[in-house]
Formats: sequence, structure tokens, C-alpha cells
Amino acid sequence: MKPRLIAIAALAAGVVLAMPHHAAAQTPVDTEKELEKYRQMMSDPMSNPGFLNVDRGEALWGTKRGTKNVSLETCDLGKGPGKLEGAYAELPRYFADTDKVMDLEQRLKHCMEAIQGLDTADVVKRRFGREGQISDMEDLVAFIANKSSGMKFNPQVTHPKEKEAYAVGEALFYRRSDFMDFSCSTCHSEDDRRIRLQGLPNLVKAKGKDVQATMGSWPTYRVSQSQLRTMQHRLWDCYRQMRTPEPVYLSEGLTALTLFLVKQAEGGELQVPSIKR
Amino acid sequence: MKKHLTLAMFALLALPAAQAQDKPKVNAATLEKYTRAMWPKTPDGWEKRITYDETQAICSQYRNELPQAEFEKVKARELATVKLPADGNVLGDWKKGRSTANNGRGGTFTDRPMENGANCYACHQMDKAELSYGTLGPSLLNYGKDRKFAPEEARATYAKIYNSMAVFPCSSMPRFGYHGFLTEAQMKDLTAFLFDPESPVNK
Repeated sequence: MKPRLIAIAALAAGVVLAMPHHAAAQTPVDTEKELEKYRQMMSDPMSNPGFLNVDRGEALWGTKRGTKNVSLETCDLGKGPGKLEGAYAELPRYFADTDKVMDLEQRLKHCMEAIQGLDTADVVKRRFGREGQISDMEDLVAFIANKSSGMKFNPQVTHPKEKEAYAVGEALFYRRSDFMDFSCSTCHSEDDRRIRLQGLPNLVKAKGKDVQATMGSWPTYRVSQSQLRTMQHRLWDCYRQMRTPEPVYLSEGLTALTLFLVKQAEGGELQVPSIKR
Repeated sequence: MKKHLTLAMFALLALPAAQAQDKPKVNAATLEKYTRAMWPKTPDGWEKRITYDETQAICSQYRNELPQAEFEKVKARELATVKLPADGNVLGDWKKGRSTANNGRGGTFTDRPMENGANCYACHQMDKAELSYGTLGPSLLNYGKDRKFAPEEARATYAKIYNSMAVFPCSSMPRFGYHGFLTEAQMKDLTAFLFDPESPVNK
């Protein structure tokens, strides 16, 4: 199955890479229709390369590593040790053992260190996969998020620290900064807007279809990058395009922003890993 | 059509006040604690970049919808920063302006040092032959023609590119000159792209 999958992926990558040339000669509506057709074609799990990450993540979850030579299978992601079903749909959340609100990647790093005794410097170094570099985090997130696929977001905003993170996330969403004066809201506060030809989701309308569809489709396989990407990467790339300095991976601000966005998407359904441009 | 960055739009809609009530609130000190942890140090070579100023703070606080008194205060403050070219000529080379308007590169933490593009098409329609344009800002088709190519309108346009908030506080458009993101020559070229009768913007 693997060679077939890879062949399909390569073919698909070719299709998308070729797209900009056609896009210039088409109206935006045609382009959007073509992309939608393409997305449908690729939403079949058998042809979405993101499921390779799911498989690798599953294997890694059960692999003994670190100074303690144990697997991650006793890691508590919020639903109890080793319970994965529905865990991602409730993250980020507050964890009493660390007294922190954590997203999935922060929690996995904690479990690697606390349970496995793993030096995570290398894991963090490989946080974003590229050719010749596999990311443990991207694989694990793909596997664990997939265990919430088909479920609805159940955002956790009850503990005082969750409330603080939510409020910080909302403030960050509107915070204009740096030498382009941008905030998240610059691009994501109205319906039916485009940047160049790319449609922009309205993330301001709570429980709106845009924010639900957006948040419900991460992690995703990015065809343009030939990699599975998580929300950490999405926010990293948003800030990159906003011309800020590089935000620190797993910093609490990114988790706060994620919690705000998950709360905005409340009631939306996860279908992950998805596939996107 | 790669990843292009957003530029202008006037008057973003903020959340209705009623919707913003009954929600957890955060004070400035807490927010700063988080942002410092997100960006703990200024990268080499970025020392001159303004990361957060008074105007950004107040636009963030009011989600770009300022009360009238604040609106006037910000406008006056921003207006004071505008520097027109010393010789008074705001019109450069429209052909160079055309390429600067279409260039979306430069200034990100993954870019090597290079001339920054203005990326106008991320948000605005300009030359009607260019179909890959965004809709965050108004269309600029026939911009100069609609203003009868008037010199004072061209100067006002240069000033708007230099500092959009001197014209409309909390505009979504970056303050290109104020931040030093674009050079004087680039801003003159862009003004010419909008105002030259031969420019495709006016054809």
C-alpha cells in the first residue's frame, strides 16, 4: 500500500504545484471549485498522505524510549492515562500536575520528559518535518487527533487558568504589532475576503462555519509543503507572514491563542488529518 | 499565487460590545508576560523594528474602532510622523512601482535580507490585467484618473502609503514609511503607479 500512497501523493503534489499557472487564467470562483474537487478527491484516507503520519505516530506512541525505557502509553492527555479517544477535542486544557494550560504538543513534551525521561531537545529541533527529517510531534499529533476525528470540539474554559488563557488568546487575536501593524483580526474578521486569490476564514464569528471548518481540519497534510502540519505550525506561519520575529515553539501565548480559537469553533466537528493546499 | 501577506483595509469590524461582555478579561501586564515569552529577544538586525507602540496598543484595545477623541489624537500623532520627499516630488517610476506592488517578499523571519515588496495586490485590485488580487482593501482601479491626476491628491496618496493612520487611525494598512518597511524611492514609484496616466491602473 505504501508505494501506491506515495505515488498518489506525488501525483497530487504535481497537480497543486501546477495550479498557480492555471489559476491566473481562471476566475477565483473556478479556482475555488477546482480546489474543492481536488479536496474531495484527496479526502479519502487511502489517498491522504497524512495517514502515514497517523501510522508512524501510533508506532511511536507505543515505542519504549528515554532513560526509563517506557512508552508514552501512560501519558494523561486530559481524559485519563492512555485514554486517547476525544482527548484532542478537549485540548488545550488545564493540567493539575503541571499547574498549566497545555496544548497537545506541550503535553506530549511533558510526558516524554516526565514519563520516559527523554531529552526532548532533539524532538523540539525536529518539530517541523521536512525532506529528510521526520517530526515526532507531527506524527504523534496526527495519530492522537485522529482519535477525535468525527467528534465535536468540547473546549475547556472553566478553571481560572483556562479562563486566563482564553482571555489572553482573544487579546492576542486583536493585538496589532511589529512593523506591519498586523493582528490575526486583520485577515480573519470578515466573511468572504481573499488575500490574493486565497480565501480567508472569518474566525471572529463564534460557532461560525468558517471557524468550525478551519479548526476542525487541523492537523492537516499540506500538499504545498509535502508535510503534515499542526496548529503550532499554522500559527508559526501566520506570525511569519505578519512579519513578527519567530514565536517560540510551545510558548504559552500560542496555546492561549489556540484555546481561544477552539472555543470560537465550539460545536464544530473534527475531520483529521485533513488535506489542504 | 504563493503565500502573500495582507495589506490594507479601512475600518475592521470589532465585536459588538454586548458580545464582548461576560467574558474573561485580561490586563495589559498579563498579556505582556505572555508576549515576552513568545518573543523573548529581538533577533539580530531587528533592533530598529518597532514591535509595539502607543498607536498599536490603542487600536488593539478598541479593536480598531476608536472613540472620536482618541481618533483625533492618534491622527494628529501619526500625521506628525509623515515625511514627504525633500524636493516635493512624490512621483517616481510607475514601472518600478508596478513590480513593487506585485512583490510580496521580504521582512519575514525566514527571508534573507532583501528589498521588501509592498504586496499591494494581497489586498487591492490595481492593474486589471492582474487577476490575482485580494479583497481586504478597496479596489484601486483608475485611482489616479478618478482623482483627475491632481498633484495634491498624489501628495496625499504618498502620505497615505507613508502612514495610513495619519489619514485613518487604525487602518488595516501598514504604515510603510513610518516603519521604514519601504524606502522613499519605492513609495514614490508606487504613487506613480497609481497616478501616472500611462500606468495600467488608469487604463
